[in-house]
Amino acid sequence: MTEKTMQVPDERGHFGPYGGRYVPETLMAPLEELEQAFREAQRDAAFQRELQELLATYAGRPTPLYEARRLSAELGGARIFLKREDLLHTGAHKINNCLGQILLARRMGKRRIIAETGAGQHGVATASVCALFGMECVVYMGEEDMRRQRLNVFRMRLLGAKVVGVKTGSRTLKDAVSEAMRDWVTNVETTHYLLGSALGAHPYPLMVREFHRVTGEEARRQILERAGRLPDAVIACVGGGSNAIGIFTAFIPDERVRLIGVEAGGRKLAPGEHAARFAGGSPGVLQGAYSYLLQDGDGQVLLTHSVSAGLDYALVGPEHAWLHDQGRAEYVSASDTEALEAARRLARAEGIIPALESAHAAAEAIRRAPAAKDRIFIVNVSGRGDKDTDIYRENFPELDAADGVE
Amino acid sequence: MESSERIAQRFAAARAARRPALITYLTAGDPHPDRTPALALALERGGADILELGVPFSDPIADGPVIQAASDRALKAGTTVERVLEIAAGIRRRSGMAIVLFSYINPLMHYGFDRLCRDARAAGIDGVLITDLSVEEAEEPVQAMQRHGLDRIFLAAPTSTDRRLDLVAQYSSGFVYVVSRTGVTGARDTVSQSVEALARRLRARTALPLAVGFGISKRAHVEEVGRYADGAVVGSAVMRVVNESADEELEAKLERLCRELSGIA
Repeated sequence: MTEKTMQVPDERGHFGPYGGRYVPETLMAPLEELEQAFREAQRDAAFQRELQELLATYAGRPTPLYEARRLSAELGGARIFLKREDLLHTGAHKINNCLGQILLARRMGKRRIIAETGAGQHGVATASVCALFGMECVVYMGEEDMRRQRLNVFRMRLLGAKVVGVKTGSRTLKDAVSEAMRDWVTNVETTHYLLGSALGAHPYPLMVREFHRVTGEEARRQILERAGRLPDAVIACVGGGSNAIGIFTAFIPDERVRLIGVEAGGRKLAPGEHAARFAGGSPGVLQGAYSYLLQDGDGQVLLTHSVSAGLDYALVGPEHAWLHDQGRAEYVSASDTEALEAARRLARAEGIIPALESAHAAAEAIRRAPAAKDRIFIVNVSGRGDKDTDIYRENFPELDAADGVE
Repeated sequence: MESSERIAQRFAAARAARRPALITYLTAGDPHPDRTPALALALERGGADILELGVPFSDPIADGPVIQAASDRALKAGTTVERVLEIAAGIRRRSGMAIVLFSYINPLMHYGFDRLCRDARAAGIDGVLITDLSVEEAEEPVQAMQRHGLDRIFLAAPTSTDRRLDLVAQYSSGFVYVVSRTGVTGARDTVSQSVEALARRLRARTALPLAVGFGISKRAHVEEVGRYADGAVVGSAVMRVVNESADEELEAKLERLCRELSGIA
């Protein structure tokens, strides 16, 4: 670990003012126990060996760094490289963290796993590692997300998980996290909460970062081999922010590398219509952590919207808030329409259909590339787009004619 | 500023009468902010010593279905933090109950802790309990509460280690809220057996009154808890009545429930 990233979080889980542990007392001792187990596992060579082995042989690491030559040529500017986390087993970066946490759960003697899921990618990855380790798995998912990500609901069930629909609030990721926390606070003696993003109370943001930092470590090594130098920008989508913190972390000490996080701009940047926390939010506490939050004038959490279920969340991970305030990373947003168009463009130029979440990162690269001659961009393709086929069909009806004629 | 002492006095009065203090919870603004003061007075007529006045929040992670639904209704009825403080002032004008503001942290943080505590004290509130505020994050809010003479109530849980109970005892004033079981708020048929041991562990650390909550819904529970603690907190059972009763019967039903709980029937 580099000296720079060792500075945050501090021993109480603070990234500057952000992060921390804002949970009912019932969860405080279990969080301390989890932190202790995590820190011991980090120092345990046998644990690390087993994790590395699983990442290589089960998940498929390292993932390629692929140069998108046709897309780059079309745009006529930057050389765009894609970090292919979409090629991992279960279809997204989420498996990195799930493998780490399931080993930790086993180490703590917890046999029951609960998780929240938005797009379903974390739910599928959790269900997979639970199957692999023979553990009971319950996944909470908002009913709206179950509707728009039906395929992943089925995959989770096929893998032996129980999927519990959440009917409260906007019936999306935030409500699924609340319900998972209610389960955890009730069954904490037997249950590990396998939180899927760099969110929640300490040690989750730290732990999730550490399990995902392999993405950036690989990408940094790969770009030095391939291009002989560091990139000018690393671009990733940010919901809670796990794939982004995973690819950013290795580059944080490289001050000349711009780190660009892309939030969900939704339909427009008006309350309730997007999930761009840095554009429309202010610091607040949600579900255990203090960070930038979309809230109204009375501190009530606003509803969010994004075409991408995985970015549809009111709070950004606390380390991103810190990187933002430090000026070390910059955060922009891409609209639903821009993300959909970026996905189509990537599909046609490179034969890669990205997840809608990752399409937000691609959209920002596409926007910047023409004016960035000789620059090198790395875009984190955090997941593949199979799960989004229904949404792509809804949005590109001209490609979906029943008579077989396009 | 000095504390109002109202919380201490209500516990002392109950102790003198050889009974546990009865603490009842109301979500402010459910079914409507204009109605909450009358509901609170009905609880007082039924024998409640202390009122926990709940600030509704959009994402109540520690609450079960009954209080979640109450929060939703209160928010839909336009209940803001400012409005909750007005409700408290309305209750204070006509009531001698101690009032504890009960909230998740975000609405209070957004209002500003210093301003909140100043306005709460002016409204006649005696203490503050923030469900998702751990002692580790409590420095700023606790200083504001001290500055404005508000008691600071923290939770102790069945999972709390001895080290954590020491911290909870050290940070608390007024009373300590003893969570009877792991889980979210909600009425239960029985009180967890393990809570007595938790109360004893706390008793060894603090002279403050101990009030047991989570799952308390009947007179028998209040009596049982009274054997080893100084008070019992009833929340979801109260809000269930608010949820299920026809509008015109609300006060009468709440008073009856409270009379039954307090044993003054």
